[in-house]
Amino acid sequence: MTAAMAALAESVLAADDLSAYYGSNKAVGNVTIGFRRKAVTALIGPSGCGKTTMLRCLNRIHEVAFDAQVEGRVLLDGQDIYAAGIDPMSIRRRIGMVFQRPNPFPTLSILDNTLACAGRGVGRREKLEVAERALRSAALWDEVKDKLKTSPLRLSGGQQQRLCIARAVAAQPDVLLMDEPTASLDPIATAVIEELMSSLTEEFTIVAVTHNMQQAARVSDCTAFMLADETGVGRLIEVDETAKLFTKPSDRRTEDYITGRFG
Amino acid sequence: MTATTSPSERELLPRYRSLRRRRIFASLGTTLALCCAGLAAGVLLVILAYVVVQGARAINWNFLTQLPHPIGVPGGGVGNGILGTLIIIGLATAMAVPLGLLTGIYLALFGRGPIPEGLRFLSDVLSGVPSIAIGLFAYAVLVAPLKHFSAFSASFAFMMLMLPLLVRTSEQAIRSVPQTVREGALALGMSNFRATMYIVLPTAMPAIITALLLAIARVVGETAPLLFTAFGSQFWQANPNQPMAVLALQVFTYAISPYPEWQTQAWGGALLLILAVLILSLGARLMLRRATRDLEA
Amino acid sequence: MQQLEPRFRRVARFVSPADRGFAAVVYGGSILFALLIIALFVELVLGSWPSIVHFGPSFIWKSAWDPVANKFGALPMIYGTVVTSLIAIVLASFVGIMAAVFLADFAPRWLATPLSFMIELLAAVPSVVYGLWGLFVLSPFVRTAIGPVLQKFLGWTPLFSGPIYGVGLLTAGIILALMIVPTVTAISRDVIAAIPRDLREASMALGTTRWETAIRVVLPAARVGIFGACVLALGRALGETIAVTMVIGNRPEISSSLFAPSYTLASVIANEFTEATTSIYISALIELGLILFFVSIVVNALARLMIWSVRGSERT
Repeated sequence: MTAAMAALAESVLAADDLSAYYGSNKAVGNVTIGFRRKAVTALIGPSGCGKTTMLRCLNRIHEVAFDAQVEGRVLLDGQDIYAAGIDPMSIRRRIGMVFQRPNPFPTLSILDNTLACAGRGVGRREKLEVAERALRSAALWDEVKDKLKTSPLRLSGGQQQRLCIARAVAAQPDVLLMDEPTASLDPIATAVIEELMSSLTEEFTIVAVTHNMQQAARVSDCTAFMLADETGVGRLIEVDETAKLFTKPSDRRTEDYITGRFG
Repeated sequence: MTATTSPSERELLPRYRSLRRRRIFASLGTTLALCCAGLAAGVLLVILAYVVVQGARAINWNFLTQLPHPIGVPGGGVGNGILGTLIIIGLATAMAVPLGLLTGIYLALFGRGPIPEGLRFLSDVLSGVPSIAIGLFAYAVLVAPLKHFSAFSASFAFMMLMLPLLVRTSEQAIRSVPQTVREGALALGMSNFRATMYIVLPTAMPAIITALLLAIARVVGETAPLLFTAFGSQFWQANPNQPMAVLALQVFTYAISPYPEWQTQAWGGALLLILAVLILSLGARLMLRRATRDLEA
Repeated sequence: MQQLEPRFRRVARFVSPADRGFAAVVYGGSILFALLIIALFVELVLGSWPSIVHFGPSFIWKSAWDPVANKFGALPMIYGTVVTSLIAIVLASFVGIMAAVFLADFAPRWLATPLSFMIELLAAVPSVVYGLWGLFVLSPFVRTAIGPVLQKFLGWTPLFSGPIYGVGLLTAGIILALMIVPTVTAISRDVIAAIPRDLREASMALGTTRWETAIRVVLPAARVGIFGACVLALGRALGETIAVTMVIGNRPEISSSLFAPSYTLASVIANEFTEATTSIYISALIELGLILFFVSIVVNALARLMIWSVRGSERT
């Protein structure tokens, strides 16, 4: 676990002995991991291993569910985001999220969607500039620049997902969480977004959950493998540089997973 | 059953004759059911026909814009009743919508537990209370202590009538906004307030407006509570603190009067009420279609 | 499953000032809503208290309704309410259930949709319009056509004896029936349509006609929900005021003939409240309103229980 410990020290976002519950069901157990600054860390594992729950704890979206409870710490630049008195809202401003299925706000235009949380007190002119910058970094600007005032529901799935990325990026977070961002998209749209993930790391730290091992291998710098133990609690099995994890994993279970013996 | 049998076999099969009897009963029964459905639908047409035919005679520009004339003086109209209806329903809507929305938001956001269940139970109770009892409540609270009838007390009664539908529908509408839209808003760092008011509620709006139109359609023809709240008036009145003429009340008063001119005007008023209800119901249907279309996207 | 004591119970969700203000306003609105409904009940009790104290429980079975002598008994009103509602529910159940069976199981789509729509529209017609139509169209019809026919064949029973005025229990019952048929039809149709297809197919495979399947198999299967629909419709009939007031004749008498004028709990309040001079008179009328309130709550609760058990957690 020494690689993880070292990563913890210099990471922008880290989990320290994090456990997550739905009611009294423990879904994620005692995960300690650091996410490297301005890199892509992939979270892989079979269904039900708790990787999505783990991700949702990182920006305190997990607690939106009714019985949700959390134990342990999540450190953003060294500070525990679950400390008493911390407003979850301020955390989510600094840690953005892109969901599995694109979820543009149906009653807002493309422009308003992008600017939904881009910060207030900006003038008209600046608003357009902010939107353009965000849409460019999501590789969507050219496709929507003539229809900024129209409804986002007319866009294709891939475009909607890029809009959600632009929207998250416009809020200028430190970290971007992605929950299986290409799961509902076709291969071409998937390829576009994978390319995006690499370019986005110039500005953001990215943590991406993915079901697709090949995607993890293509896109990420670091990979973490999670697995549910006998009691159904999700555990972090191994985390390492992507190249190393996929060629010479340290743990037997990791090897079994990536060679397709299960999951 | 549909097997082809020869006549001699038919005689041999003892069940064939009863089969024919069963078939006859079945046809009779089906016809009876058809007649019942037709009767129910037909009654609507009959009532509509009477209202249109009798009411059209009374409707003209004067009818819509003038004050009632005293008996013996021909002409006159229900202008003050139309105005009164608009004012009272407007006030009632202004009170019922915020209250209903807030309660609906509460139930949608904090759904489980004894208190939300208690609220839903109270809402169900209210929806079953007869409108005359609600009129008595408005009387006890706003007429008796102030010692005069008022349009406001009628609005209060109408508000109580509209609330259960608004509460139930806004809760359902907010609940049916996909969880992922709400989480998307929260994940951006929006406060619950902004997420609910600017993202979730607007998405739920078409369904809520549908319910509002239906609620208004219901109270537009409601007469019982008006008898001792708005009380009616012979004059133009826009002050909600005073008794006011209301179209439904005028129809009632004219209908039970012994004067044929007034009775004709009652039909005219009834036609206006039916038109209003029809337009509101159609509007609600159109809104409903838009609501389901939006959510499917 | 591991049973641990997590450090954070229910993480605080409304921390920022905007959210706290929002939560306060939302709570406040809901409390106000609840208080209004409770106040409704309280005011009805307060208003009827003088009458409750003065007349006691005998209010319910005394039949004198004498405003001049300040003697009030609710029995004639209860009688009128019960009889008109009974007539209404008997007529409406039969027509409504038959119509529902037709719409759910027999009507082709092109017929079912407009018919259903028209029956639903019946529910939207205002009460005062029903009353108007009842007063000027149905009452004369009862007086000149239905009444004499019924009296000719059934006049030997006390139910159909006596003078036929046109207004009275029977006319009021018929108008009420028309008003509640949409309720019975709509809910029954939904309940019947929700009965799984395999039940019908199993029955038809045994050689029954569609009609027999509908009556002997589907209806019994749907009986709880249909009964609930009828009870709900009954609840609406009990509280109906204006249409009844216009066609019932408004006389506080108990008569065995269905042609006789009568009074219902709701219509007496509508008719006499603004003319009530003494405070005990007003209080007696409010007590009638309280009785109406209780009756409708009980009936509605019963109906919802029955419909719930069929439709699951979906509310009417």
